[in-house]
Amino acid sequence: MTPTLQLFLVISATLFCIGLLAVLSRRHAIFILIGIELMLAAANLNFIAFWRFGPQPQPPTGVMIAIFSIAIAAAEAVVGLAMVIAVYRHYRTTNVDQFDQLKG
Amino acid sequence: MTRGIVTNLWLIPAVPLAASLIILSLANSRRSAGAVLAIIGQVAALALSILAFSLTLQTPGFRAIHNFTWFTFGEQTLRIGWVLDPLAAAMLVMIALVGLCIFIFSIGYMADDKNFTRFFTYLSFFSGAMLGVVIANSLLLLFVCWELVGLASYLLIGFWIEKPSAAAAAKKAFITTRIGDMGFFLGILWLYGRSGTLLFYNDGSGCLENAGLVALGASATFVALLIFCGAVGKSGQFPLHVWLPDAMEGPTPVSALIHAATMVAAGVFLVARVYPLFSFGAINGVTPSLTVVVSIGVITALMASLIALGQFDIKRILAYSTVSQLGLMMVSLGVGGVAAGMMHLIAHGFFKALLFLGAGSVIHGCHQEHDIRKMGGLRRLMPITFLTYAIGMMALSGVPFFFSGGWTKEEILHATAHWHASHLPHYLMLAGVVLTALYMTRQMIYIFFGNRRAASEDAHESPPVMTMPLIVLASCSIVLSAILTPAWPWLHGYLTGESAHFDIAVLIQPTLFVSLALVAGGIALGFAIYRRVAGADPLEHAQPALFRFLENKMWLDELYDRTVVAYSRMAARLSDWMDRNVWDGLVRAVSGIGQIFGILTDNFDERGINAGIDEATTGTRGIGRVMSAWHSGQIQTYLRAVGVSVLVLLVLYAWLT
Repeated sequence: MTPTLQLFLVISATLFCIGLLAVLSRRHAIFILIGIELMLAAANLNFIAFWRFGPQPQPPTGVMIAIFSIAIAAAEAVVGLAMVIAVYRHYRTTNVDQFDQLKG
Repeated sequence: MTRGIVTNLWLIPAVPLAASLIILSLANSRRSAGAVLAIIGQVAALALSILAFSLTLQTPGFRAIHNFTWFTFGEQTLRIGWVLDPLAAAMLVMIALVGLCIFIFSIGYMADDKNFTRFFTYLSFFSGAMLGVVIANSLLLLFVCWELVGLASYLLIGFWIEKPSAAAAAKKAFITTRIGDMGFFLGILWLYGRSGTLLFYNDGSGCLENAGLVALGASATFVALLIFCGAVGKSGQFPLHVWLPDAMEGPTPVSALIHAATMVAAGVFLVARVYPLFSFGAINGVTPSLTVVVSIGVITALMASLIALGQFDIKRILAYSTVSQLGLMMVSLGVGGVAAGMMHLIAHGFFKALLFLGAGSVIHGCHQEHDIRKMGGLRRLMPITFLTYAIGMMALSGVPFFFSGGWTKEEILHATAHWHASHLPHYLMLAGVVLTALYMTRQMIYIFFGNRRAASEDAHESPPVMTMPLIVLASCSIVLSAILTPAWPWLHGYLTGESAHFDIAVLIQPTLFVSLALVAGGIALGFAIYRRVAGADPLEHAQPALFRFLENKMWLDELYDRTVVAYSRMAARLSDWMDRNVWDGLVRAVSGIGQIFGILTDNFDERGINAGIDEATTGTRGIGRVMSAWHSGQIQTYLRAVGVSVLVLLVLYAWLT
């Protein structure tokens, strides 16, 4: 079986849905972060797939944007984890249901 | 030299006024400082007055003026100034000297009073204002000082303000003189309207000089009569004399200074000052206005000396005597004897101040007793007071040769005898001479002769600070007779500007013997009637109805009470009623309309505007509550909402395309 664009898109969409499900259903802040990372990975996979099966499948055009995105994701993970730790120090919990200070 | 003195003539009234202001700022307890300041002020005024007086001696008919512009309004300028002439100079010396004696006497008389410094404030203030009246060369300046004098009189009559009778007397004096001053002020306005100047003398253009008098023309009579109203009020002439006897509620030095010697004489001085207005257009020395002056004077003189016969208050007798003597002066001015009237004024200033101070000494010795029926036999207990009082009494009764009043009274009788209009005033004044001698003898016998009675049991002579002024004034009354004698009419010549020469033959005149006989007759009659008084008055025994009439001051107070006072009270009540019912009703109606309008706008505000805004805010709040409920703070809820929305949008997109 030869890899096709459709196959990658299905995998990417599945990955995105798993990430979204994690973000929406988990209560633990770190799992939500993991979910976000999954969705980001799905997006990156999309980029790579569209590049590979696109009209100009030569490096480094498509790869560059993916690498850039992964770097930003790393920075984002750092900020996210730092925030989780800061929030944990304040509330003594990582359960997002209890972070309701912005309630109207 | 001359210029300098006349320009700075204002210093004479200014010094006592300044002293008054300084004393006013002193604490109540600094008694000696207050008295010393007042006396320094008075001595300075006396020294300056004597300086001014000596200046007027240089030339006969001396007159110097100093005028300046007070203020300008529109095109008109109002000029005031001062004048120095024999009339003013003689008055200055008399006022300053009598004032000084009375100031010194007051130290003794007021020694126990708690408002000692206030008393000297008022006295100095009065002295300054009175000296201002004398030197004024403008009717306006004179009027200003005239009113200040009235204020001082009011303050001093009511000095013992805690006595209701004193407060009432002060009010009566102020209001009664105000009635006269009303006429005076109208006269000033009329004069200003006609002649355009209120200066007396201004190098030919003043209102008393030819140009001013010609501008006045026939209205001079009315102006003169209106000004005379002021003199009637101030000098206690009929019918406005009623305040003067009541003014005796004030301390005795005040009665002596203000209500005998100086202020009440201001009316006579005023008439003498504006005499050209009265005599303008005279035929044989008779004008309608002067005839009015004579009539008022005659009525006042006779009425007051009759009332004096029926009084028992030592000061009231003297007060009525003052009223009668002022009437006599008015008569003298009216018949043309200006110099005689002024001479009598000056002589009267001295001997009446003497009599009042003597009465003060008697009252002081008899523990504030005023009723002469409770005195008696004081001759031996108070020898100095008795002797000086006797001199004053002789001067007032008009005993000639050695007492000042004798000569001046003689001059006045002489002047009335030569009046062209009628001889009636002359005969009536002769009757007045008898009456004067009679009531003074009556008073002397009651106070100093006979047995001691209730108040004179333990009477004592007054301290030297009180007897010294008596001696000074008594000697003045005698010394004055030397320069008042018709044999050497020095003062007469000084006042009229003629030169005096010695002529003993003038003394030997039938009129002199007539009046001498009348005075002697009056005194003898007095001794005959009152020789043995004990309690009741002999006149009361013989003529009870007549005596009651005199004792109650001819019912004039009651008459005024029933007429003038009653009418004004009725008018007051009427306007009070109008105020309460008519005007107040109108005001209330207007305010009612305003209130109704207010209620309407209030309702509109409450029900319309306020309700609308309330509705809007409640709505906003409800929306806010709903919106805030959505903000659960649950980040996953938000995300779910986003996810659902994206799904819905996708479905919609798919369905629409």
